[in-house]
Amino acid sequence: MGLTLIFGVLGIADFAHGDKMGWGMFLAFFIVSSEGANLGFAGGRFGSLSFGWGLIVGLLVAMIGVALISVVLERLVFRRLRVTGGGFFVFAIASLGMSIMLRAVVQLIWGPSNFRYTPGIHPAIEILGGIKVKPDQFFIVGITVLAAVLLYWLLYRTRFGKAMRATSDNPGLAEASGIDTDRIRTGTWIVAGILGALAGVMLGLQAEVRFDAGFRLLLPLFAAVILGGIGNPWGALVGGLTVGIAQELSTQWINTGLKPGVPFVIVIVVLLLRPRGLFGQVR
Amino acid sequence: MEQLFVTLVTFDGAVNWTVGFLTTVAIFAILALALNIQWSVGILNFGVAAFFMVGAYVSAVLTLPAPEGLEAYVAGWSIPIPIGWIFAAIAGGVLAILLGIPTLRLRDDFLAIATIGVAAILRSVANSVEGLVNRSRGLNGIDGFLQNEVQGPDYRWVELATALVVLIAVYWLVTRATASPWGRALRAIRDNEDTAKASGKNTVRFRMGAFILGAMLMGLAGAIYAHRSGTISPLTFSDLLGTFFVWTMLIVGGSGNHRGAVLGAVVVGFFWFGTPLIQESLPDWLGSRVFQVRQLLIGLLIVVFLLWRPQGLLAEQDRVSRFVSRGPDDHHSNNDSSVWQRLRSTVTR
Repeated sequence: MGLTLIFGVLGIADFAHGDKMGWGMFLAFFIVSSEGANLGFAGGRFGSLSFGWGLIVGLLVAMIGVALISVVLERLVFRRLRVTGGGFFVFAIASLGMSIMLRAVVQLIWGPSNFRYTPGIHPAIEILGGIKVKPDQFFIVGITVLAAVLLYWLLYRTRFGKAMRATSDNPGLAEASGIDTDRIRTGTWIVAGILGALAGVMLGLQAEVRFDAGFRLLLPLFAAVILGGIGNPWGALVGGLTVGIAQELSTQWINTGLKPGVPFVIVIVVLLLRPRGLFGQVR
Repeated sequence: MEQLFVTLVTFDGAVNWTVGFLTTVAIFAILALALNIQWSVGILNFGVAAFFMVGAYVSAVLTLPAPEGLEAYVAGWSIPIPIGWIFAAIAGGVLAILLGIPTLRLRDDFLAIATIGVAAILRSVANSVEGLVNRSRGLNGIDGFLQNEVQGPDYRWVELATALVVLIAVYWLVTRATASPWGRALRAIRDNEDTAKASGKNTVRFRMGAFILGAMLMGLAGAIYAHRSGTISPLTFSDLLGTFFVWTMLIVGGSGNHRGAVLGAVVVGFFWFGTPLIQESLPDWLGSRVFQVRQLLIGLLIVVFLLWRPQGLLAEQDRVSRFVSRGPDDHHSNNDSSVWQRLRSTVTR
């Protein structure tokens, strides 16, 4: 959802989004891990969930951290590029450069190994009809729904969201109507950064904490965004679900190693049939 | 400086390193020139690694003998290496056609996403489909060009000469192509697609042509790489080395300028392949992290150049033909080249 926001509102395909997720993942990991424990965090678990307060603090730190990274990069790079002028290409390549840098820094600090937030196996509990779900997964789904609702509220129920959508539709006109488009852009980056951090931590909780996890997700992410219609948060959510489910179900019929190819096939099919995505409006 | 000293202390060591370095750089320079052709018409190819990989694998399986023992790959017809090269180029072109048909008509950004995706998919296919290209074991024992004719330490000169001759041929080809009416049309499309359309140019066809030509050259570069290194595996063709590295070369050297692309390959290549030489002489905390640091610096190079020297070391020449007289304002070394002017004039949202 963060990606579709940047893509839609600012017209930038942020190739660094995946790596920002990676940063969120690692910042939270830092808090949860032993180094964080020394600072007085970590400890305790909530009921059958695999984590305690440490992760919540970690999540907050990750959100603030990634939002900060996004804003700094926007100030240092994107704003300058916009002042000197520059089209889609320049932004795309610049974000790619930043993606490489962010990943290198993660590797420098944490090394190339994989981690988990909490060691050990977390048993799944059975719900209806023999479907097994880990308690953590309820948490993840809950947070995602919450984030989607909050984002909807922000976009369609607040002045900020209105200004954001105006900037997206016509930046010149928005500026002429007295909207501080620079502030809106910064705000958009912050929101996207927070969402990215959230996604990163959830991913780390569900799977492993590894330095290139965010980057590996980039293609499914873009697939979800294109499928849902660029700049449409609900579309991104549905697109994300579709891509995810398709990817997992595909292993029934095809070689597991080919799983990464599924989002790509979806992208191509969508581009051929409905270039504006399932929920894209005709402008 | 010990490591550098050790490597370069003997004349032979220095020659050895330089020959190897130049051969690698020549191969990357071919990639950079190929990317330049695509980029010069505004195609954002983030999947150079895919075309590079296809070329390498096609030429490898065609020229290798039939698989034995644990090996499992298709073809294995032991055909002559130059024919393998030709098929590698064709394979690159075919991949470009397959990718270009759904994406070239649409928004520019979709092609970027599609190409980055196809690289990931080809890697996972090569890694996981049994009996196609030996999976993650990779292909080994690929013969070098003229390896049986020239043996011993002198063979490295053959490798260097092969790469350089192909580079020169490719350079000649792309220079001719961009100076031709076809090349001028490409430039016109990039600078102002609507005007080009209004003048009756089929812009999709021209862009497709540039995409295919670039992809064929990338395939060729892949074939040369495969026969030079003798062994390839899916890991060889990472996005970092196969794609972004080439982009850095182009941006540093000067996009839109063929000489710039080659210069960028030399400069960035020296920076990348030269860092291990000084690794030993660095303090421990830095030396052990040199590979991450140089990755960081590659990203930094891209951003810094985009911000402060978007035209690269050598800017694009505005003069399209030597038959056009030089205008008074033809000194563009410090000004904007037209590609960046066009990008600047593009309204950002």
